[in-house]
Amino acid sequence: MAIQSPTVDIAAALVRPTVASASRGYWPSVGRRLRRDPVTLICAGVLLLVVLSSIAAPLLGLADPYKTSMIRRLYPLGSPSHLLGTDELGRDMFARLIYGGRLSLFMGVMPVLCALLIGGALGITAGFVGGKVNMAIMRVMDVFYAFPSVLLAISLSGAMGAGTENTLLSLTLVFIPPICRVSESVTTQVRGFDFVDAARASGASALTIVRVHVLGNVLGPILVYATSLISVAIILAAGLSFLGLGVKPPEPEWGLMLNTLRQAIYVNPVLAALPGVMIFITSICFNLMSDGLRAAMDVKA
Amino acid sequence: MSELLQVRDLHVKFVTPDRTVNAVNGVSFDVKRGETLGILGESGSGKSVTLRSILRLHPEHRTRWGGSIKLEGDEVLTMGKSALSDLRGQRVAMIFQEPATAFDPVFTIGHQIAETVRRHTGKGEADSWSRARELLEMVRIPSPAQRLKAYPHEMSGGMRQRAMIALALSCNPALLLADEPTTALDATVQIQVLLLIRELQREFNVGVIFVTHDIGVAVEVSDRIGVMYAGKIVELAPVEQMVDAPRHPYSRGLLASTVHDGMRGQRLEAIPGAPPDLAEVPTGCSFAPRCKFVQPNCIVRPPDLREMGGSHLVRCVLADVQEAGVAA
Amino acid sequence: MDSLLPLEDRGGPAQPLLLATGLRKHFPVAGGLLGRSRKVVRAVDDLSLSVAKGETLGVVGESGCGKSTVARLLIRLIKPDRGTMVLDGDPVDEPHGITVNELRRQVQMVFQDSYASLNPRLTIAETLAFAPKAHGLPAAEARARVRDLLDKVGLDPANYAERYPHELSGGQRQRVNIARALALRPRLVILDEAVSALDKSVEAQVLNMLVDLKTELGLTYIFISHDLNVVQYLSDRVLVMYLGKIVELGSVEAIYGNPQHPYTRALLSARPSMDPRRRTKEAPIQGDPPNPIDPPSGCRFRTRCPFAEDVCTRVEPPLADIGTQAVACHMRVVGSGHSKAATP
Repeated sequence: MAIQSPTVDIAAALVRPTVASASRGYWPSVGRRLRRDPVTLICAGVLLLVVLSSIAAPLLGLADPYKTSMIRRLYPLGSPSHLLGTDELGRDMFARLIYGGRLSLFMGVMPVLCALLIGGALGITAGFVGGKVNMAIMRVMDVFYAFPSVLLAISLSGAMGAGTENTLLSLTLVFIPPICRVSESVTTQVRGFDFVDAARASGASALTIVRVHVLGNVLGPILVYATSLISVAIILAAGLSFLGLGVKPPEPEWGLMLNTLRQAIYVNPVLAALPGVMIFITSICFNLMSDGLRAAMDVKA
Repeated sequence: MSELLQVRDLHVKFVTPDRTVNAVNGVSFDVKRGETLGILGESGSGKSVTLRSILRLHPEHRTRWGGSIKLEGDEVLTMGKSALSDLRGQRVAMIFQEPATAFDPVFTIGHQIAETVRRHTGKGEADSWSRARELLEMVRIPSPAQRLKAYPHEMSGGMRQRAMIALALSCNPALLLADEPTTALDATVQIQVLLLIRELQREFNVGVIFVTHDIGVAVEVSDRIGVMYAGKIVELAPVEQMVDAPRHPYSRGLLASTVHDGMRGQRLEAIPGAPPDLAEVPTGCSFAPRCKFVQPNCIVRPPDLREMGGSHLVRCVLADVQEAGVAA
Repeated sequence: MDSLLPLEDRGGPAQPLLLATGLRKHFPVAGGLLGRSRKVVRAVDDLSLSVAKGETLGVVGESGCGKSTVARLLIRLIKPDRGTMVLDGDPVDEPHGITVNELRRQVQMVFQDSYASLNPRLTIAETLAFAPKAHGLPAAEARARVRDLLDKVGLDPANYAERYPHELSGGQRQRVNIARALALRPRLVILDEAVSALDKSVEAQVLNMLVDLKTELGLTYIFISHDLNVVQYLSDRVLVMYLGKIVELGSVEAIYGNPQHPYTRALLSARPSMDPRRRTKEAPIQGDPPNPIDPPSGCRFRTRCPFAEDVCTRVEPPLADIGTQAVACHMRVVGSGHSKAATP
């Protein structure tokens, strides 16, 4: 039998139709994985609900969260006019919990956001430049790191006095070192990849390399880490308010509410626990969401 | 020589929620005591998966097995936990590409070898240490008494690889599995380790399966060579026949595209294209899309492994055709 | 005006394209109190080489011999402790010379790890357009160049430009890396183990392509590899390194046909035999290469050399020209005191 040269038909039949499969970028594939993760989706939904309701609080037709009433103090849950009862000064609990979310969420997100900007920039600089610059930045961070975060926050707030701005400032300072450290380590890692060397070898400026090649690869992990810090920030802010170092009464804020309802714990324990429940739900949602994000993004695609 | 290992129609499939990989699609071979079978293949050919299946090293929950692997008559694929742990290390030993990962960095080499000897033979403390020393001498590690006290990171790559071979042979296994053990080594060290494996194999009369992507290495150590492509052995032959007269177009292509002496200035004969995606079970010959000699019946059904005389097995519809046209 | 035209030859064919003299790089070893330590890895020690226009210079040696460091020094990814470089008559990074950035426009590099050398977040087109854009090429022209580059390396632009690295095979990724190295139309391309991670059948495809590109674009290559067969296939001249030093340098015929240094001979005979009837009987040399921290005194190869004598311990052999090649061995230096050396 002689060997025939392959006919064109066979060759064509053999070549698997290379469907110009819409090539998936990194973020679309992260999104696809997230959509298949029910826990993260539920957490994101709950957070969205909390955030939206506190932003839209004035439009929801709630009772006045500041209006006190001596006769309606400590109504239990399920009272006809007050769905979640009233607090020790007779203010509507439901309204106060919703309005309280405004400050509590703000205190959770804002310091982390500020720390992300400052700590992230410092960390990426330290990681990319390396050498003495890295040494200088990271040793300063280590000094802050030496104090437990709760103690640092309390002492800073104590020194600067109570108030929203000071709490914001002290929490930001607390979160800069950990974010800086994470940013530095992921940047150092990315910096070691050959594609960064290839970019340097192409003669591009350091800023261009950071913008095109470094940021895209480090922002993900840094953001995931920052998300996990939001819950810590909420708890810390609540703690500071509880200790009287944060938000001042009569502002509704979950930590402060927990403090003022302390005395009611024997009268109506469920009521007294409500702000705590809110803190618990939001922070656990932030944590689980950060875990989900990490899982979705941590792929050797 | 009796059959030490019999692998029959082995299938290995990895199943994850995202995708399925048909890593091994019907592999059969035998290994006798005192013989070295080289398995040659490129990345993704299923050569390492086949090797690891013999010790059932793949994660059980997402691996689907088919076929049979018999070691001295015992079926490995259905073996119970205790029989399996007897198998691993005692009857079958394995050496890896990266010796650094085979040793625990926090214990000395001597401690780890002596520990293994003690566990498998029940020897006392002193006896197992002197056995460890003997083993290091056997793999030609200079000043073995001192080296026993060394930690893995204190040894060079070649020394670690020798120590791993000592560890593997510590319990007199019947079968030694080698997964690219010299790939990470420098050229002058690689040849030393290859010679050592060849020598120890004769001395201990073990069967060896040596997986590699390097034809030169396979030729140096093997008695027979099996060439794997897309989860199948496409050709299995004694080493001389494989080098002199390969029959499968893939084996030919592999030999022709390997750069060696005297090819300077010539154009290399590259195999066009890339290996197939293992997500689907192939309907025809897996190599057909890259094959120069593809026939209409190549894509209809997978060709069988055919005996070509002199225990030369080829999986190709053209295997018995005279070479005149093929060699061109 | 397109600022990225191919660069013109300046000094004529006889002037070396790249001339490096006395390159030295010692890396401090981390460890010791406060990370300070006196120990250094002598990665590259007083190495001089020249690359002629249009040739391929092969560099071989085992791990830790400093061949990758040489590559990074030549493209200035790391700064040499000492030594000078001259590119086609222009001193590099010196007054009256060219800047490091101008050097990088003319000298490019392909790395071994095809995956790590591509940014996973960028499409192939974005990766290829990066360098031309950084050099000020307008977007439309950069797009045209990306298409042209992909064509050159045998990847269909319509099919591959918008893909991400993880969607390509190892061979395809390495083609992209080669295309990127060509994006600035360099004159010299340093290939650092560029085909070592590829499967043999794919390696042959890429090697054929490298040969074609060299002719088509008039390139000069420095081809660094541990694979002696591939170096022999591709190179015109070969440089053999051992522990940061050149031990032998000569034409590919001289090095492979008549190696003079005992290390070169050992390296060549350590290649696995392709003939089962003539298997290697004995390893040419024993032991592993020593640690490049604290290399042996005198000749660095003496600890593994079967011919080592007293003089090898005391005196470092110079790289002596013996006509067909240059070799750093006392046995080839007249009057060196080695018993096998000729007496004056």
